[in-house]
Amino acid sequence: MRFFKTGLVKGILVGLLWWLIGFMLVEAIRVVMGLPPQWNTSLPAGPAVPQDTLKWIVSGGLAAYEPAMVVAAIFFVIGFMLGAGTMSDWLKWTRGVDTPMQHGPKEGQPSWFRYLSVDYSHKIIGVQYGVTAVILLMFAGTLALIFRVELAKPELQLTLFNDNLNWFNTLVSAHGMIMIGSILLGVGAMSNYLVPLMIGANDMAFPRLNAFAYWINVPGALLLVTAIFIGGWNTGWTGYPPLSAQAPIGVQYFFIGVFFLGLSSILGSLNIVVTTLTMRARGMTMFRMPIFVWAAFSTALIQLTATQLIGLSFLMVAMQRILGLGFFNPGFPDITALAPAQLWEGGGNPILFQHLFWFYSHPAVYIFILPGLGIISELLPVFSRKPLFGYKWIALSSLSIALVGFLVWAHHMFVSGMNTYLRVPFMLSTLLVAVPTGVKFFSWLGTLWGGRIELKTPMLFALGAISVFLIGGLTGPPLGTVTTDLQLHDTYYVVGHFHATMFGGFVFPFFAALYYWYPKAIGRQYNERLGVLHFALMTPAFWVMSLGQMLAGTRGMRRRVADYDPAWGIDGVQLAVTIAAFIIALSVAIMVINMIVSARRAPKAAANPWRSRGLEWQVPSPVPELSYATAPIVVGEPYDYGLAGSTYVQFAPPTLAPVHSAGVTGGD
Amino acid sequence: MQKRSYGKHFVIVAVIVLVTAIITVVGLSRVRWMAAPASAQARSVDSLLGIELVAIGFLFALVMVFMLYSLVAFRQRKGEEEDGDHFEGNTKLEITWTVIPLITVLVLAVLGARGLTEATAARADEMTVEVTAFSWGFKFAYPEQGIEASPIMYLPVDQHILLDMNSVDTDVIHDFWVPEFRVKQDLVPGVPTKLRITPNKIGKYTVLCDELCGTGHTNMQAPIEVVSASDFDAWVAAQQPSTDPAEMASLGAELAASQGCAACHNITGDPGGIGPTWKGLFGHEVELSDGSTVTADDAYIAESIANPTAKIVAGYQPIMPASYGQVLTEQQISYLVAYIKSLQ
Repeated sequence: MRFFKTGLVKGILVGLLWWLIGFMLVEAIRVVMGLPPQWNTSLPAGPAVPQDTLKWIVSGGLAAYEPAMVVAAIFFVIGFMLGAGTMSDWLKWTRGVDTPMQHGPKEGQPSWFRYLSVDYSHKIIGVQYGVTAVILLMFAGTLALIFRVELAKPELQLTLFNDNLNWFNTLVSAHGMIMIGSILLGVGAMSNYLVPLMIGANDMAFPRLNAFAYWINVPGALLLVTAIFIGGWNTGWTGYPPLSAQAPIGVQYFFIGVFFLGLSSILGSLNIVVTTLTMRARGMTMFRMPIFVWAAFSTALIQLTATQLIGLSFLMVAMQRILGLGFFNPGFPDITALAPAQLWEGGGNPILFQHLFWFYSHPAVYIFILPGLGIISELLPVFSRKPLFGYKWIALSSLSIALVGFLVWAHHMFVSGMNTYLRVPFMLSTLLVAVPTGVKFFSWLGTLWGGRIELKTPMLFALGAISVFLIGGLTGPPLGTVTTDLQLHDTYYVVGHFHATMFGGFVFPFFAALYYWYPKAIGRQYNERLGVLHFALMTPAFWVMSLGQMLAGTRGMRRRVADYDPAWGIDGVQLAVTIAAFIIALSVAIMVINMIVSARRAPKAAANPWRSRGLEWQVPSPVPELSYATAPIVVGEPYDYGLAGSTYVQFAPPTLAPVHSAGVTGGD
Repeated sequence: MQKRSYGKHFVIVAVIVLVTAIITVVGLSRVRWMAAPASAQARSVDSLLGIELVAIGFLFALVMVFMLYSLVAFRQRKGEEEDGDHFEGNTKLEITWTVIPLITVLVLAVLGARGLTEATAARADEMTVEVTAFSWGFKFAYPEQGIEASPIMYLPVDQHILLDMNSVDTDVIHDFWVPEFRVKQDLVPGVPTKLRITPNKIGKYTVLCDELCGTGHTNMQAPIEVVSASDFDAWVAAQQPSTDPAEMASLGAELAASQGCAACHNITGDPGGIGPTWKGLFGHEVELSDGSTVTADDAYIAESIANPTAKIVAGYQPIMPASYGQVLTEQQISYLVAYIKSLQ
């Protein structure tokens, strides 16, 4: 069986072995020291082997071995990365062994093998990112469907939640964080696949680091999913202490999983920054880059500089739990009155965590949406047959959103108990984000105006994205303004607003990108009718879902609750939101089926089905192993649709004409 | 290629935008967004939200109409291969739609700051109520009236109230939110917070915890009754400790409801809950996790409430919050014991 030789399977097997070694190592040290194997002897371990082991694990029984579990999880990640082979070349270098770059599948390997193993081609890695993102998206979406069923009617219906409401909290938390993981991977898919292609490079600056950055997501995501089944965690994706310091043991696997997803962000963005700055084709000045590259570059700047903060804040809570470092615990209360499970060394402050956490997690929102907004800007000119209106304004608006995004974090904390005077400056900085965002909207309208608009599936999703992001954007100021936030904070209004920004800023554009570059990546054309059906189901369903959530919130529905007061008159709204959620899920399933079936059966795609001027569309579909056998030379502006005789890129070396003057006067 | 003239298009779009904006704004203002306000602070919140809804309605209409109109007027006709008009931008327009939104958000920030000042302003004749949050309920104390602990928050109408708020030191972050009052504030262990409300409508309300706080978060709430000044005085006078077992049990039942005990302890006799059932508990032998047994008498139950990890019942996790010893008065614990005693 070849399957068992893939990097994925080897990584998991070796990872599990390492997990066991890590666990045993800690336990062995403890036993050698003459201590009982359990940290927490008051926990009811029952007989040596609990009668119903599985139930015991799922209900969080492993909490008695928490430090060993944590060390084991870190060992698992290391083992996975070694087993999958992500570090083989680096290890060979330490011994002075040469490692020539492998292009294409190894001798005798089928092509699918590359996708399940470590491969250094950015095109393979881009697809790996994309497929993993869609799998996580469907998983996290399914979790949401479960608790949406519960919320369709007031009171508790599902036995799962009736028995233990922690399951509800766990599902809400897991939906949030796994979706965020999915979005980060989706962003990685777009950046990794598109940036080198769009700037005329054959690969990323650091291909091995690129593969490492992708693969570390896999054990990270596996830990996140495992967290659900070892007791879950009831803190929401935000993981605020002191709650997270007292939560079931699942929270530790959530912390560690997120930590490694964050490491992937940092390494991946480093690659994007270096690639963009140093590997552009000849003649491609910064202002001649495709607009998506600007978005990916701005995103990478945030990822590279902010992600450390979430890793740090989660690491601190993890250490508070296993080492008793009371970073986020106030006072020095009577320790004897507490359960041994609650390690309670005081002297800290719970609000400190929120500052550290949001210093990343607000800019993170711009990590999620900037690439998507870049996709919208990228697609509108192609399908309107017109130049991008105000290219430089859009490019710089991405950069300014990225920068202002660093100054707004405390708007998540207007009612947290931080210094009340700080609320006004943070309100102002938050509202300022509306200005560069507005520039994007108006410039998009300018791009559409006077075009020859063709409504193919990718364009439909780009336009749907504008409508949804408009809802998300306009519902932001009532939250950013402190006065109205006093009412709206932490209600379902926030849930509606946030989903609108995520769908408008990421999900719709991501789907647009999947459809748009599908022929380029796969070499076949997806089914257009199914694409339109996907759009026609998802867009109205999403409007209903998002607006329904907001209305429920203003009436009194809080975030992260399993029940609500029938007196608020939101029963109908809640039911509509649940139905809409199922329609969205159905539409996504249609897309996945469309893409899987089309990859085998659909007609072959032309090299440039969208008549785009982009570099990647000037090479055959699918893109050859070596994307640009002849180096491309940029001789004009990227979006000069409708200008007779203008050229963006040429492959034959120019003979006499100076490179930069070609654009306006007509190159070839 | 001939450049088209857009004058006609602009006139049509302007008219549609205007009509759509009016419809959207009127439509949004007709929606019953929130429950009827019941505090003086609600006015600043509601009036600013009204202004924001007008801006939202107008901008929504502007962008959507321009977009949808373009899709119709500038669509690609069948068989058409031509490109659109070539224009790359317009610096004056870009500056216009940078500066106008900038002014708009500055105005909004000023309005927001003013509204905030109004909604949080201190008043001269405030009555203090101490709010303590714990997993999972609220406790209210009236230092000026000498009331140590009440599971229900009684408030005299039209009286400025200052809420002195705390979460128990060993507990988690909670939040105080009454939708009808329009203001909220977190209660943080170790960090005292304040909130000001002036209830101006007699009626019954519910304070909800609006910060995820664990298993019992969904059900973490407490009743609020806004009453006339004379009714309030009568209530204060009636807050004397009780000794009658039946009355104690019924006070205990009220307490159990307000403290969220039912999240883990059922009263149906079902042994499968998160915590031991209360039905038939009193007076019976209980097996503990260390293998010993104990009789569930007054002292055992009182200890298990105040210091839950002292004795763990076999088969259950020691996850009950340790805060009740600090949250409940001894009097209240005796009510709870009386209530459990009554569940035979």
